[in-house]
Amino acid sequence: MITKKGINASPGVAIGPAIVLDTEEYRIPHRTIDPVQVPGQIHNLDAALAASRQEVSELRAAAARKLGDKTAVIFAFHEQFICDPKLRDSVVALIERRHYTAAYAFGQVLNERQRQFRNVADPYLKERVRDLYDIERRVLRHILGRAREDMTRLSEPVIIVANEITPSQAISFDRRHILAFAINVGGQTSHTAIIARMLGIPAVLALSDITADVAGGETLIVDGTNGIVVASPDSETLERYRAQQREYRRLEDRLRRLRDEPAVTRDGVPIELLANIEVPEETHEAFEYGAEGIGLYRTELLFLSSARMPTEEEQYEAFLEVMRAAGPRPVVIRTVDLGADKLAPAMEAQRDHNPALGLRSLRYCLLHLDMFRVHLRAILRASTAGDLRIMFPMITTVMELRQAKATLADVMEDLDEEGIPFRRDIPIGMMVETPAAALLAAAFVREAVFLSIGTNDLTQYTLAVDRGNERVAHLFSSHNPAVLKLVHEVVRATRGRKVQVNLCGEMAGAPIYCPLLLGLGLRRLSMAPKDIPSIKRIVRATTIERCQMIARKVSRFDSDRQVLNFLRGEARAIEPEEDL
Amino acid sequence: MAVEREVVIPNKEGLHFRPIMQFVDIAQRFQSGLTVHCADRAADGRSPMEMLMLVATHGARVRMVANGADAEQLVDALVNLVQSGFGEM
Repeated sequence: MITKKGINASPGVAIGPAIVLDTEEYRIPHRTIDPVQVPGQIHNLDAALAASRQEVSELRAAAARKLGDKTAVIFAFHEQFICDPKLRDSVVALIERRHYTAAYAFGQVLNERQRQFRNVADPYLKERVRDLYDIERRVLRHILGRAREDMTRLSEPVIIVANEITPSQAISFDRRHILAFAINVGGQTSHTAIIARMLGIPAVLALSDITADVAGGETLIVDGTNGIVVASPDSETLERYRAQQREYRRLEDRLRRLRDEPAVTRDGVPIELLANIEVPEETHEAFEYGAEGIGLYRTELLFLSSARMPTEEEQYEAFLEVMRAAGPRPVVIRTVDLGADKLAPAMEAQRDHNPALGLRSLRYCLLHLDMFRVHLRAILRASTAGDLRIMFPMITTVMELRQAKATLADVMEDLDEEGIPFRRDIPIGMMVETPAAALLAAAFVREAVFLSIGTNDLTQYTLAVDRGNERVAHLFSSHNPAVLKLVHEVVRATRGRKVQVNLCGEMAGAPIYCPLLLGLGLRRLSMAPKDIPSIKRIVRATTIERCQMIARKVSRFDSDRQVLNFLRGEARAIEPEEDL
Repeated sequence: MAVEREVVIPNKEGLHFRPIMQFVDIAQRFQSGLTVHCADRAADGRSPMEMLMLVATHGARVRMVANGADAEQLVDALVNLVQSGFGEM
């Protein structure tokens, strides 16, 4: 039994056989063997070469029938390559002389060829390195004893184990046969995560080398709620998860029924629950989960998914799609937040030494006004389609906000001259995600009509912790008293003003924090669509009075551990009160 | 008996899959051994893998060295193939 922890990207529990998809590279341990094993390894190699040849030969025939000679010739070459005695000789030499395993020796030979190819100037021939990868994967799969994994022949429900799921792969999957995803790379906001949530399939991402740890056909448990994958579970673990699965299904049913219930505390205070989305397609999903609006539309994917900057029309189309799906409900579009970990292919590849503190987000936009103005034009044009609001990210100084507003005013003037309609009184807001913005919230509320607290970055900048860095990630906690104090500061600054304040970090979607956030005075929370039902459940089970008591108590703690322990206790206490 | 001949790769995409397969096909039909040189690289003319690693692009000079009883015929056949542009021109 192996247990691995990853990122919980799509909730639910699935149990079933694994199917391991091609990975970019197999992880092959550098392993030497006892000389007596040499003949056995050579035998493995020959068997794998023969099996690979057979497979490619079938592919060639199929390709000739379906796709024509041009594709067939590729497989014909692969077949010749695999049968090449020179290839076998060089692998055998490494097995015999250096006592490498067949897999390691084969990987070494192919790696060397691939390395040579990377220096080739000719673009066509350079591309052939992909063929070398393909050949390597195929043969290694046979050496390592992996069965051929063909997605088009799925006949029973399986758990997909892969390095990454591309969007085109995802659409080709037969939803009925896919139980879950367990993926090497990715995060909450990766394509794979979005796709999994859209399909309603449990997914755990960022499992590093899960493809190397799991064999095809092995029984897997994917706990997408907690981000855990168990391979070859013992019967006790299996039983525990089966029970959890039943429990999860029951909960899901109850939450679905919650969709049309209002998010109101037991003492009658309405809480606005909004959705964070990444792609227009998610808008619909957000309302399915009961969102009252889009609290944060992250526009980065538009920029990250193509090699060039998206055109005004492309952006406008995307924004319009969201507006149409939202109808009269509010939509907050955040202007593009590139840089740091989100580098668009079209951005000049200037590597900042310290990217989180470098030229990112609004700073980048204010320095690349051509691109920024196109972006703002597209947003303004979409503003006539509904209740659109615009939000600027990563503000540290009042000057930055004023500059951004001035640019927006300029673009409005252009649109006016061209006679293009837009909403002149579009509400302008900002993210509060730097300690500087939080501390000066009282100044910012004179300049912005709404604030949105981004707890992910606010935590990173307050605690000086990059949570993507596994060596310090454990120090990242949004419930650190310093972060909470800043959140409280921001909420207080908006009191008595017509300024709305919202919280849109991951914290907003975590049930354990919900009473505390309400107690700090927040009445708007924006989260991943899937989190809305469980937050609504907490809201409906508590009272503001109790939440305020919790916040008062928490304000006296001086360590994040104390806060967490206390909140855990509170969470346990709140559950029995629910009346569903 | 060694026979040596130099040709220039005339087709636009250079020695890619299809040309290599045609080339290797012919080389394997003869008794003589064949080494193919391009810049500082050398390949066994019967090995598709090594021929690919030769990276002979459009306009590259390729020197063929054949050794054996039918070396002359082998090199003739290959020169014809290359000069025909592998039927791609």
